[in-house]
Amino acid sequence: MNENDQERIEQLLKKSLPPVSTRVGVELRRDLWPAMLKRLAAPSISVPWFDWALLAAVAAWLAFFPGAIPVLLYHL
Amino acid sequence: MTVVEQPADVLQQFCQGDVDAFEVLFRRHQGEVYGWIVRIVRDPAAAEDLTVETFWRIYRARARFDPTRSFGAWARRIATNAALDHLKTARPETDLPDDLPAATLPDPGISEELRRKTADAFRRLPPKLQVAATLALIEEQPYREIAEALGISTGAVKVRVFRAIRLLRKELKRRGIEP
Repeated sequence: MNENDQERIEQLLKKSLPPVSTRVGVELRRDLWPAMLKRLAAPSISVPWFDWALLAAVAAWLAFFPGAIPVLLYHL
Repeated sequence: MTVVEQPADVLQQFCQGDVDAFEVLFRRHQGEVYGWIVRIVRDPAAAEDLTVETFWRIYRARARFDPTRSFGAWARRIATNAALDHLKTARPETDLPDDLPAATLPDPGISEELRRKTADAFRRLPPKLQVAATLALIEEQPYREIAEALGISTGAVKVRVFRAIRLLRKELKRRGIEP
């Protein structure tokens, strides 16, 4: 790709996708703090580290002892 | 609400989890963060959500912030990552809403079909290349600022922009367009 090709594609891109500032503007039209407060108040959905550790231990156990999978499935 | 006079105090209190200090920073920087994000995602509604997401990430990472450094630059970097994550999950079926109020219409010198195909091909580029090309070529932001926001060198930004152009050319050719 030579410089002319590059220049042509840049121009095509600029003509196809005008800057946002000239299209919809880059100014914020409303205060987002109320939305932020809602987000801060929302309970965070996080899995405790212990659950991840337990899951990893079970996965490792099953990897070493695949014969235990039917037993585990039976008890579930 | 505690009135915080000095920005340095605000930053210190923010690091300690003070919500009032966070509000001060939020109100001071929300417009700038939104403006940066909307340039990347080109969708005002998504940019508003991502601004809140950015500040949510900022609040969670407050303990890692160094109060002696620029909060604005840090916020912009987190905003860029949030916008990148959005592009990764929302693409390629998410198109820029075409019914947005337009202050300036696309250049009438090219056909609507060519414009649509070019825009579509551009949105299918890998998000990292797309962000670099959007900011550098379309929004004409300084390379230094783009590099800082992406956490890479200006040389690396130039490489990404070049790769974006090359891929775009390839994709346009595939669609029968010879730019």
